[in-house]
Amino acid sequence: MTYGSIDSSYTRRTLTRSARALASLKLDGPLLVGLALIALYGLIVMYSASGQNVGAVLKSATRLGIGIVVMLILAQVKPGFLRRATPIIYVVGIVLLVVVDVVGYVGKGAQRWLDLGLFRFQPSEIMKIAVPMMCAWYLHERPLPPSTPNLLVTVLIIFLPAALTIAQPDLGTGVLITIAGVLVILMAGLQIRIILALAGITAIGAWFGWSFLHDYQQKRVLMFLDPQSDPLGAGYHIIQSQIAIGSGGIFGKGWMNGSQGQLEFLPERSTDFIFAVIGEEFGLVGLALLIFLYLFVVGRAIFLAMQTQETFARLLSGSIAITFFVYVFINTGMVSGLLPVVGVPLPLVSYGGTSMVTLMAGFGILMSLYSHRKLIRS
Amino acid sequence: MAARVRIKDHWKEQRLFERRALIAGALIGVLALVLFARLVTLQVVRHDYYTDLSQGNRVRIEPLPAPRGLILDRNGTVLAENRPAYQLELVREEVSDLDATLQRLSDIGLIPADDIDDARKLVRSHRSFDSVPIRLRLDDEQIATFAVHRYEFPGVDIRTRLARSYPYGEIAVHALGYVAAISEQDLARIDRAAYSGTTLIGKLGVEAAYEAELHGHNGSREILVNAQGRSVQRQGAFVPNLNTVDPVAGEDLILAMDLEVQKVAETELGARRGAVIAIDPANGDVIALVSRPGYDPNAFGRGISRVEYQALLDNIDRPLFNRALRGTYPSGSTIKPAIALAGLAYGEVNPSQTRFCAGVFRLPGSSRMFREGRSGRHGAVGIVDSIARSCDVYFYDLASRLGVDRIAAFLAPFGFGSLTGIDIGGEKPGLLPSREWKRKAFSNPADQVWFPGETVNFGIGQGYFLVTPLQLAHYTSILANQGTSWKPRLVNAVRDPVSGAVRHLAPQKDAEVSATPEQWHLVMEGMLGALRGRGTAAATAGRNMTYAIAGKTGTAQVFSVGQTEKYDEKTVAERLRDHSWFIAFAPAEAPRIAVAVIVENGGFGSTGAAPIARKVMDAWLVNGGGA
Repeated sequence: MTYGSIDSSYTRRTLTRSARALASLKLDGPLLVGLALIALYGLIVMYSASGQNVGAVLKSATRLGIGIVVMLILAQVKPGFLRRATPIIYVVGIVLLVVVDVVGYVGKGAQRWLDLGLFRFQPSEIMKIAVPMMCAWYLHERPLPPSTPNLLVTVLIIFLPAALTIAQPDLGTGVLITIAGVLVILMAGLQIRIILALAGITAIGAWFGWSFLHDYQQKRVLMFLDPQSDPLGAGYHIIQSQIAIGSGGIFGKGWMNGSQGQLEFLPERSTDFIFAVIGEEFGLVGLALLIFLYLFVVGRAIFLAMQTQETFARLLSGSIAITFFVYVFINTGMVSGLLPVVGVPLPLVSYGGTSMVTLMAGFGILMSLYSHRKLIRS
Repeated sequence: MAARVRIKDHWKEQRLFERRALIAGALIGVLALVLFARLVTLQVVRHDYYTDLSQGNRVRIEPLPAPRGLILDRNGTVLAENRPAYQLELVREEVSDLDATLQRLSDIGLIPADDIDDARKLVRSHRSFDSVPIRLRLDDEQIATFAVHRYEFPGVDIRTRLARSYPYGEIAVHALGYVAAISEQDLARIDRAAYSGTTLIGKLGVEAAYEAELHGHNGSREILVNAQGRSVQRQGAFVPNLNTVDPVAGEDLILAMDLEVQKVAETELGARRGAVIAIDPANGDVIALVSRPGYDPNAFGRGISRVEYQALLDNIDRPLFNRALRGTYPSGSTIKPAIALAGLAYGEVNPSQTRFCAGVFRLPGSSRMFREGRSGRHGAVGIVDSIARSCDVYFYDLASRLGVDRIAAFLAPFGFGSLTGIDIGGEKPGLLPSREWKRKAFSNPADQVWFPGETVNFGIGQGYFLVTPLQLAHYTSILANQGTSWKPRLVNAVRDPVSGAVRHLAPQKDAEVSATPEQWHLVMEGMLGALRGRGTAAATAGRNMTYAIAGKTGTAQVFSVGQTEKYDEKTVAERLRDHSWFIAFAPAEAPRIAVAVIVENGGFGSTGAAPIARKVMDAWLVNGGGA
């Protein structure tokens, strides 16, 4: 770990001491700083996006706190234990998903939650981590790039929870689970020609799958292609968020002064569309800063993944790092009109409990995988 | 590859992973650039476009309707004013299901079920973001009902607006007209922008004719709205600067009408059907304009229900019908002064000669008898007596000597057969017959010929000749003026509501009727005689006069009676009785009022109409008015 040229011996001592402290906590300093900056930025924006609601900011901060605790705990867990526990976590996750689907079917409506009395719990969130873990677990002792039979098994590992999640129906999470799993396969070194072939199959599958989508899901995709066709209906979200971002200009309208957000023209301004609030109030500068922070975190995470030596650790941490960027890109792409509206929150910034905790858990695991590595090279 | 066992090569796998990670990193960089490019497009390239859109989103221009001008009588009594009223308004774009909403409003009793269709039409004819009044005046109970159910009706709200109020109700309704909700037809002819925010528009009478003066100029206010369209005070920490254009109130109208005289005329007509018009001969000012029965104009401003309106339409007495301007009747004997004047002017009458009336007139070479209408025979009558005692035989003879075309030519400048040009719309021209008219009016060649007998009837105001009560009043004022004609007018002056400055409208002169002073004098003597001695109205309108009245009775036949049978008032149904006419001006030497009265099915002019005219003149000349 290098901190560049630091003149003051006091500063160096302090930094060295804190680096040592972080190392003993199995945490990575730069990654932690990156995450903290994003979270802090998020809280500032949240105050404005929630309509100056201190309660919402505190709630968000509380969830962040829970996420940090979860991250701290998971960072302490030894990779070997994690690896052994993987099949159990995966199976439990599948069972919970089935339970949710059944409860939802009985209740005749969309069902994503399990009410555990004290808190509500979303099993599909677990699968966001459990699926790449299971894929990594399955592939780690098999020769890579994976053989065709192994590949098919991995695909099945992904398909089962993804299908159960989409059936809830929760297309957004289903897609994210699939992506997290597929990333493991790609990181495992799947041959380029197979990737291309699969891409072709996916395209055909998408064409088929179209008919299985719910009406509102089809509508969302169609609206993405032509938002103006229904400006007050399904296209409203996209139009309003583009107006918010576009009217923000380079420097923005100022904190708490975005008319689109403050006057509630922007739907879901504190959750899925908070990126547009940043764009309106802090302009291109504010968005570029956030994107830079995200890229820093992703870059650091990939760097850490490359430092790990076990296959399981590599595949899993690589997937966690890239999935994080996928979240960012899907949300920002959706809000800025590059992608259809799928309902994915902006990582660490959007209001919403479970996804914040899941993300921090992912980074906890990533730090654990990195910091528990055996130092072979110097 | 079945037999081949693949050995895990950790070093190679590490290299493979690193390669993939770098590819992933590169892809991430590319996607980040795509995203950044997109943001630059939105925030830099198309920034102005989106700024306009966001501005349009948050600022809504709300119209501030101008208060409508008041209508006052000549003494400053308010006849039409504005009172705050609670009305139910609906914004179409904020209502998800218009039909269901209207039905539900009807279910809880806020709009009558019969009015749902009209309300829907009205809402549809406005722009989707306009707040359209669907019920104009809510009472306390309805306001309470809505308050309870308000949450069920997004996009529907109660607003306080100024509504039109007519404190005297039915009085003068046919002169004032009324205002009502702007209809689709109205929208087609008005400037929508100027009327945005205005809910009521003049429909008839003064309210319609002086709409431009009364309406004023609406202002507007920019308001900050949130996504629900609700007005909000601030946006985040920033209070924006919004423009307001104040409305300019409509001008007040000062009528020539005297409310007291008007009230007397209304009261005297009472439940009878008819019309009274009183005009100041000096300038054409309409002192009173009555058509009865009337109706309550407040009902229209309140939002008349279909049932109420249908009841007015179906009423056999036709209260919506403006008899004063649109009722056309035979003039009866009221035309005799003009025929006499024509006889004098054309030299067909020698003032010193008399003609013997034996009760019957025959055209030379014809056996057809034209009977005296009422009193049998008058004996020897001159020009003055023939008017005073309304001798039909005298005028049968005079008319046949004048001929129809000379009569028509002489009557035209009195305003017969054409519009008087009164300043409110809706008047009818009546009918002034002539040979040429008959040739054009009938398609059958046999009917196109003017018969001499028709001229004879014309002499006593029967036959094709039709007049409106307004025309007769106008004619009477010309008789009073000895030829000078002013266009009748209801509105005298326009007052600026802010400065109070009054702009008087100049009276407008019309074509003059020319005759010598002696000829005018003879005719007036005849009309004075009608209220004296053996005159037709001496016993009714002429009793206890404190000023000299010149008048003329008239009786207009509703249907012709056969030649030999005598007409018996009591045997025909009340509605088939003759219409009763009376015209008069007073004081005779310096006329200050000219009156025309018709009482439908009122029988003889002297008994039905004349007493009413006397009361009206008394109200104006004796009891304070007109001083």
